[in-house]
Amino acid sequence: MWPTLARRLLIGIPTLLVIITVCFFLMRLTPGGPFDFDAPVPPEILANLRARYHLDDPLWKQYLDYLFGLLRGDFGPSFKYRDFTVGQLIAEGLPVSLENGFAALIFAVLVGVPLGIIAALGQNTARDYAVSAASMTGIVIPNFVMGHVLILVFGVWLKDTFVALPAGGWAEGALANRVLPVFCLALPYIAYLARITRGSMIEVLRAGYVRTARAKGLPFRTVVLRHALKSALIPVVTFLGPATAFLLTGSMVVETIFQIPGIGRYFVQGALNRDYTLVMGVTIVSAALVIVMNLVVDLLYTLLDPKVRHEAGA
Amino acid sequence: MSDMAVALPEIEGRSLWQDAWRRLRANRAAVASLVILAVIAIASIVGPELLTWKYDQIDWDHVEAAPPNFAAGHYLGTDSIGRDLLARVLFGGRVSLMVGVLATAVALLIGVTVGTVAGYIGGRTDQLLMRLVDLLYSVPLTFFVIILMVTFGRNFILMFLAIGAVEWLTMARIVRGQTLTLRTREFIEAARAAGGSTPAIILRHIVPNVLGMVIVYVTLTIPQVILLESFLSFLGLGIQEPMTSWGMLINDGAAELEVTPRTLIVPAIFMTVTLFCFNFLGDGLRDALDPKDR
Repeated sequence: MWPTLARRLLIGIPTLLVIITVCFFLMRLTPGGPFDFDAPVPPEILANLRARYHLDDPLWKQYLDYLFGLLRGDFGPSFKYRDFTVGQLIAEGLPVSLENGFAALIFAVLVGVPLGIIAALGQNTARDYAVSAASMTGIVIPNFVMGHVLILVFGVWLKDTFVALPAGGWAEGALANRVLPVFCLALPYIAYLARITRGSMIEVLRAGYVRTARAKGLPFRTVVLRHALKSALIPVVTFLGPATAFLLTGSMVVETIFQIPGIGRYFVQGALNRDYTLVMGVTIVSAALVIVMNLVVDLLYTLLDPKVRHEAGA
Repeated sequence: MSDMAVALPEIEGRSLWQDAWRRLRANRAAVASLVILAVIAIASIVGPELLTWKYDQIDWDHVEAAPPNFAAGHYLGTDSIGRDLLARVLFGGRVSLMVGVLATAVALLIGVTVGTVAGYIGGRTDQLLMRLVDLLYSVPLTFFVIILMVTFGRNFILMFLAIGAVEWLTMARIVRGQTLTLRTREFIEAARAAGGSTPAIILRHIVPNVLGMVIVYVTLTIPQVILLESFLSFLGLGIQEPMTSWGMLINDGAAELEVTPRTLIVPAIFMTVTLFCFNFLGDGLRDALDPKDR
């Protein structure tokens, strides 16, 4: 396990460095800039602005400054939110996005995995088809459509009933304001998880050791929950790594629709405003998150699946 | 006698595809999807030319007209500034489908090249290419598409190139896997013994044999690309006015949600139905072409 960890960390760090470099130079090559004002600005003011943000330094110096800044946790000033540094914006937005993301993930596992098991146990019955159809629907309907449909139903049509939910806003994280966004984020995961669990469960149920367990006379429920589920969950765990990336992209949409002050919304705003430092900061933090999550999943994977352990050792 | 020897394998080769076609036709969901997709595609290509109103033309007399308004030719009504909804949805479909097909073509080109080269040549090349694929898998690539769109301006060509450049990974893995099982087969060995060069063997013998899997995967990639495009356009980072796409229409419709829900619902239905159909068709094709079942 430790050699694997060390090797993965050794791959992860250069990956991150490449991402930072590519980001930096792409953003600096842009034809437009954060100081393209609609009204003409006197050149002295522009020069002052450029000097203030060190945009008049040679490119290599800007790059090195940025890299060393990152080491100190300094992502530079935001070009549009003048009074904030990118670090402050991320520190503000990241917890919000992570809270919603993890809530969605937990909700999705709690709903999706049982749905998958139910479908697998009744393979090719009406139950199975219902779950499959529902999960196909969840995968196909994009969350920016689902978000608006949810707002239309709970925020507009049912406005005056007891199930009315706020159509947007954050209100410092009030529970009612979290329900729709978290549900909206979770839906595609529920669909994927149900699909993955169903597939792997069906395969596992055919395995010899499951038949043995049943032949011993164990009740079916015990066989499924104690014996089959553990191996059936392996593909589910694998999915959780890439799920972080989906979660972050999902948060862009959900946070934009529901007006939530998370990093997804900052990223979109930054991209629309050409706020280089903000966009780069969010990308780097997200990439680091995804890399770490993939690492964690890989480790979990070696713990769950002895086969992988042997291959890694060989 | 020699005629027969030449003719026989040809008949076999064709019957393989005929077999798949027969299986596909037996799959009702797949056939229905194929028909619906054809209708949507033809309507998107031809429709905007046939309708009375152009997608960006404003009808000042019928702003926010409720559907159906046959007299003025607004079958699905108009939007908040008087543009014909049907014309906009069909034109948006043209853009979305075009991005879907072109970006998938880019992904196909890169994915098949990397996959066959890695699988056939093997060794160091394989190691290197597959490490690269692994590495790219662990990076949130959507962010990069957005950064590219921000950096180089939002234009149509860049959009499908950028999306294609991030969607090839799975294709490369699948093709490599297939190639690995093919490279040890006798007919490849025979081609090599006959003096075929590596590019020739890959092009003539490997590529036609991975085509089945590739077609399946193409049908499953197109909806993903359409989704990614509409995601970008929805965020305001994709297609630009006056052009439009399904994602942009959904975004416009969302702004009018309380007044005219149909401006959201109509494009959403068109897009969702298309995505459904591609997925069903892909599943059907997989069943029809899956070598395991043969």
